[in-house]
Amino acid sequence: MTMIANEGAQEMRPRSELSARELFREVGSVLRMSEAEAAALGDLPEDPEDDQTMVINMGPQHPSTHGVLRLMLELQGETVLRCKPIIGYLHTGMEKTAEQLTFMQGGTNVTRMDYLSPLNNELVFSLATEKLLGIDGDIPERAVWMRMLLSELNRMSSHLLFMATNGMDLGAVSMMIYGWREREEVLRFFQKVTGLRMNHNFIRPGGLAADLPAGWRDDVLRLLDMLPARLEEYDILMTGQPIWRERLQGVGVITPTEALALGATGPILRSTGVEWDLRRDMPYLRYDEVDFDVVVGTYGDAFDRYAIRLNEIRESMRIVRQILDRMPSGDYRIQDKKVTPPPRARIDESMEALIHHFKIFTEGFRVPEGEVYVGIESPRGEIGCYIASDGSPTPYRMHMRAPSFVNIQCLPHMMRGGLVADAVAVISSVDPVLGEVDR
Amino acid sequence: MSSDVTTDGTEMPVDEDAVLHGCPLVESRGQQVLFVARDRYLEVLRLLTDEGFAMCVDLTAVDYSRFMDRDLPEAIDAERFEVVVNLLDISARRRMRVRVQVPESEPVVPSLFDLHPGTEAMEREVFDMFGIAFSDHPDPSRILMPEDWIGHPLRKDYETGSIPVQFKGAPS
Repeated sequence: MTMIANEGAQEMRPRSELSARELFREVGSVLRMSEAEAAALGDLPEDPEDDQTMVINMGPQHPSTHGVLRLMLELQGETVLRCKPIIGYLHTGMEKTAEQLTFMQGGTNVTRMDYLSPLNNELVFSLATEKLLGIDGDIPERAVWMRMLLSELNRMSSHLLFMATNGMDLGAVSMMIYGWREREEVLRFFQKVTGLRMNHNFIRPGGLAADLPAGWRDDVLRLLDMLPARLEEYDILMTGQPIWRERLQGVGVITPTEALALGATGPILRSTGVEWDLRRDMPYLRYDEVDFDVVVGTYGDAFDRYAIRLNEIRESMRIVRQILDRMPSGDYRIQDKKVTPPPRARIDESMEALIHHFKIFTEGFRVPEGEVYVGIESPRGEIGCYIASDGSPTPYRMHMRAPSFVNIQCLPHMMRGGLVADAVAVISSVDPVLGEVDR
Repeated sequence: MSSDVTTDGTEMPVDEDAVLHGCPLVESRGQQVLFVARDRYLEVLRLLTDEGFAMCVDLTAVDYSRFMDRDLPEAIDAERFEVVVNLLDISARRRMRVRVQVPESEPVVPSLFDLHPGTEAMEREVFDMFGIAFSDHPDPSRILMPEDWIGHPLRKDYETGSIPVQFKGAPS
């Protein structure tokens, strides 16, 4: 096969090697400017030939890159002129793997993508599968509310870990211990419910793997009673503290136009003042029946992104309280013979049940032809699942729209003109999960 | 979940042969899908952007070489590849999916970079995984696989399980 495209190097070339047009296009497209307007910004060289810059690598092994992220920075003194994230070090072909696994097994695959919010990954995969099956309106109420409970708790655990890593990256090492401690409390609840701390494969097409265990309500209440005081500790330790504010305020600024043009979602888009939260604006599950506020920022800087995540933990706790009040009784999965294996007791007494069980776990269930895209609000932004089915028990193609993958493309624009010392604060404020970036 | 409250936001009634900007508009499980010919791709995307679909959420592709008899509108001829673009209209809270047929003999699509700069990385990923080239792309290189990798892994003829592991820089 002949390749038409130029498989150029992935490395960023210093700007002295680029033509002025390439440079202005890079800047102008994102800022929605013409090349002439981009040139008038003034920080691009008039004559690339006598430009004195240096290209350095940050990563792939660097403690503050949250995994194996490599950034190429073009510096002039201490100022970052350009930056290019180079990814793929964690690529394991999960979208290809998904084509080998049945819809039943798919959850084990997608849950490992964004390993800090596994339940949201499973949720979006299940919602997409259910839409293809045409059973999205028939999921029992209890299953829907349980999914919401787990999804919100997962948002809390993910944001708590962000508090820990953000603190660690900026030198507030005690914050790392605190954030990790609180997150562990949430994970302990997940372990009790799903059997695992991470990679749960608990939310499945048709419902959930099991009902909530006895005493779950007390565990959640204990969490909700414990966290507010801990969050106030965070406020004392970080929010009001002058050093913390100096490090974050005005750093990594992104405008609403840039964020929308780059497709950024989640806390990054909201930090610019754009009120966009899929839970409120395109409600799924029963988010239209619970009361919560969408937290937005004003300046689009790293401090706004920190504050949004901190307050989103509080909003999630508000949602969880309402879920506790309203959790209905009933079935935790759909009683549809097509997707639900028979109860264990039936297998002992019925040959049909045994065959049915065997078929579901070996061959899987067939999903009608078609294609569907479902997007939900994960802690990092819109996570979308695109599935094309050819009528077989495995997805013909499964694609995950990973929020981190898109958000990480904002780094060059957040870092432009900033100091190299702020680069760490900016990476941290995007909160990328490299497992999801590379899939 | 009730069917009238979906993640797709407001639903417009779509009849059998609906047309938008001269392209067949189909409703697939409550979602709007627009089939755009490749030579009108940029033009229609620009029109949609002006209509409010200002955000390109996702761009991906599918290799349909083993599912050529899929359901398509009459005016559309099935080709091996499809580029799938998911657009979002934030003010009207609606989504639109654009599907473009891309022939195997000439897998080239115009880049959306000047319209939606955020597609830069997604187009690189599609090139990396499917070998579909995007003309006028500012950085047409691989993004997830090493730059000297041979083959495009998400193509259906790229078999798993029988490929010798390639190491970058290793003597072969």
